Amino acid sequence: MSENNSVLMEVKNINLRFGGVVAIQNVSFDIYEGEIRAIIGPNGAGKSSMLNVINGFYHPQEGEVWFNGEKRPSMEPYQIAKTGIARTFQNIALFKGMTTIENVMTGRQLKMNKNFFWQMLRYGPAIEEEVEHRRRCEEIIDFLEINHIRKTPVGALPYGLQKRVELARALAMDPKILLLDEPMAGMNVEEKQDMSRFIIDVNEEFGTTIALIEHDMAVVMDLADRVVVLDYGKLLADGTPTEVQSNQAVIDAYLGVPH
Amino acid sequence: MSENSSSLDTFPKVLSRNVSQFGNSPAYREKEYGIWQTWTWSEANDEITNLAKGLIKLGVKEGDHLAVIGRNRPYLYWSLMAAQQVGAVPVPLYQDAVADEMEYILTHCSAKYAIVGDQEQVDKIQEIQEKVKGLKDIVYVDPKGLRKYDKSSLHPFLDISGAGKSDDGELKEELDKRLEKITGETTAVLLYTSGTTGRSKGVVQTHKAIIGASSGANELDRWSSNDHLVCYLPMAWVGDFMISVGQVMVAGACLNCPEGADTVQMDVKEMGPTVFFGPPPLWERLKTEVNIRIEDASAFKKGAFQYFMNHAEKVGRQILEKKSVGIIDRLMYSIGGFVIYGPLKNMLGLTNVRIAYTAGEAISAELFDFYRSLGINLKQLYGQTEASVFLTMQDDSDVRSDTVGKPIRGVELKIAETGEVMYRSIGSFKEYYKNPKATKETKDKDGWVATGDAGYIEETSGQLRIIDRAKDVGKMKDGSMFAPKYVENKLKFFPNILEAVLFGAGQEKCVAFLNIDLSAVGNWAERNNINYASYQELASNEKVMEMMKGHVEEVNQDLAKDPTMSGCQIHRFLILHKELDPDDGEITRTRKVRRSFVAEKYDDLVTALFKGVDEVSTKTEVTYEDGKKGYLEATISLVDTQTYMLKEKSDAA
Repeated sequence: MSENNSVLMEVKNINLRFGGVVAIQNVSFDIYEGEIRAIIGPNGAGKSSMLNVINGFYHPQEGEVWFNGEKRPSMEPYQIAKTGIARTFQNIALFKGMTTIENVMTGRQLKMNKNFFWQMLRYGPAIEEEVEHRRRCEEIIDFLEINHIRKTPVGALPYGLQKRVELARALAMDPKILLLDEPMAGMNVEEKQDMSRFIIDVNEEFGTTIALIEHDMAVVMDLADRVVVLDYGKLLADGTPTEVQSNQAVIDAYLGVPH
Repeated sequence: MSENSSSLDTFPKVLSRNVSQFGNSPAYREKEYGIWQTWTWSEANDEITNLAKGLIKLGVKEGDHLAVIGRNRPYLYWSLMAAQQVGAVPVPLYQDAVADEMEYILTHCSAKYAIVGDQEQVDKIQEIQEKVKGLKDIVYVDPKGLRKYDKSSLHPFLDISGAGKSDDGELKEELDKRLEKITGETTAVLLYTSGTTGRSKGVVQTHKAIIGASSGANELDRWSSNDHLVCYLPMAWVGDFMISVGQVMVAGACLNCPEGADTVQMDVKEMGPTVFFGPPPLWERLKTEVNIRIEDASAFKKGAFQYFMNHAEKVGRQILEKKSVGIIDRLMYSIGGFVIYGPLKNMLGLTNVRIAYTAGEAISAELFDFYRSLGINLKQLYGQTEASVFLTMQDDSDVRSDTVGKPIRGVELKIAETGEVMYRSIGSFKEYYKNPKATKETKDKDGWVATGDAGYIEETSGQLRIIDRAKDVGKMKDGSMFAPKYVENKLKFFPNILEAVLFGAGQEKCVAFLNIDLSAVGNWAERNNINYASYQELASNEKVMEMMKGHVEEVNQDLAKDPTMSGCQIHRFLILHKELDPDDGEITRTRKVRRSFVAEKYDDLVTALFKGVDEVSTKTEVTYEDGKKGYLEATISLVDTQTYMLKEKSDAA
């Protein structure tokens, strides 16, 4: 986490409704450059919706998203992705029939901008470009230690490795901010430890800002620099892990209150 | 190479010979970022020289010990050689050793520096750094994850070799001065034995010994600078040192480093080595994999495979050994080569293999013949750390699975009165480091070294045959011979049995512990609809017990035919609830069972086997990979087996 705490992203007074259902109600928080920011909360608290707002998949009825010091106009998700926001999904969303390297290469798609004609022929400038992007992808593959499955179709991989491939694909975009939707869901202790290590490594080595949703409190408390707690679409608490942990409202939301 | 071998008695000299003779041919390759990166001999020489200069700048003195820990990478091989060049003694360590094993060795050799592969090793060393007093600096190759570490005594590899590169001449002068002092008698490496009994011993080897033994071996198998090999076995193991450093350097061959432990098989396939070394378990595993795939293939493919494999079994070996074979059989074999053997070898990555070695353990005749019948020149050799490995090897015309070959050039063999194999060799070790007592016990004043193995030289062929570890061979209560390893090997030849430990010295009957092979038995369980969640559950399955009982009885039947061994028949056995693990100290890192340790640790189980109860509960301490300890509880059933009477009465024993 950087010391000067410059704000990379800020969401202000977000309201998101689906018909009569209020998913997010007047939520504001910010994300510092270089930090690991966790979003936690019970089921249905609006965590994934929040990520979808940040990466532009949902357009909130009210509220603003500030990124890099500018207010973000309404954009399509792919345009937002180009500005440097990458994500992984709660349910893995990889191309199952494609190999690991092919999947990771799709993460570079938005950065490939040579003439369609050359790309079609796979010749000249298109080859140079592919080589350059392949190098970056190989670095990421090496970083996440998935070299041995480079050419394995991802559909045939175990769950924990698929999650890692998805992380690799998101990293291939060289994002400024990386959104991880339950990166450790369904993993055993050892896989969780591995994943935590990779998240910390990504944060430290690449300096990538990370916002993650996670249910395993032990993991969150270990990884996160700051934590946002949502409950029924409202902001319940915001602060360092220790602050949040001792917050009565949070304890009530998780453990329930006697009626 | 033999004509000028006397002048080439140190590794720095061999290296400069390689630069002048094969300067532009590939010396090292490593797959990185999915691509094979190559260094020629002259490029490698530059890397080594720069690193050596950098080490001098770091403060490495002559005679200092420098530990090298990590997976097989060119950088670490260069580190070994750079250490030699500055007059320091390189000490390769097993990269999967736990922290306190490392502490023992680092303290024992009072290592001052360590060059390591990655964060994992840095963590381990820093954990023990306080206790290992003399350890000053750590150099690491892969910077991943180390960004936030305190860098006061931690240096990136590239900084060190970079400092050597940008040297203004002073370091070069110092290096030249030190190089001049290196002779054939200078220590080239300190290798720690795996230690089947007690703590491991440090074996001091000189330049002359390593180069002498390597040249002898290279001569027999005609190594050249066109040879390629893949290094994947632990760098701390003497075998890897001899092959990847000794033989490669002496021959000027090319060493290929895989991308990582998980990619070895794929990388071997891409590399197509000409020389390949694998311990018996590896050959076993490859064959098991082939069998599993064939089981799943279509009936036609299965049929073709069976047909041609049977044919290969009939004539393959004769063709490989250039014996006379009928024209029709030859024709069929070449068709087989086209449709089965060729593709199969290609899949195994063994298409270009000229010579394949197996050593370290006995190999079953069936397994040995399988590879040889495919046209792969698999050979046995025999040796040990103290001898710079090579003692006996097999000539191409005289290869067998039950013997280990004749002594190579520079080696004399004799059998002591006790039956122990003794040798005198150019590759003999100088001494055990800081252990003159053990040195004296092993090596007599005429230079004869005791191997600790019992064996004899076959009169008809002149080849050496190894029976067992000399100290393990004992007597049973009735006086008949007890040779545990002989029986264990017979058991381990079954693909379903991974490990076996036999007990019975001084007893009336023999009993055994077994470890099932999880991949082979697991596959069998899958095909037979047997559910299991863990090793423990599969090991206690009744059908698995039944299967093991069958295997044990087959071995008993086999033993009954041999009058000297019939006393070793197994009366009762059990399947252990956990796999024997080097982290728990039950087997060595090179997978040799530490018999007395196992007997002590599982004393309750051994007693139960001899007492004759049907079931026993036990609690075992286990060490996890990160060094934490835990307990495993289990109830184990003990199985009685059928034993057989001696078939033909004879007094030959």
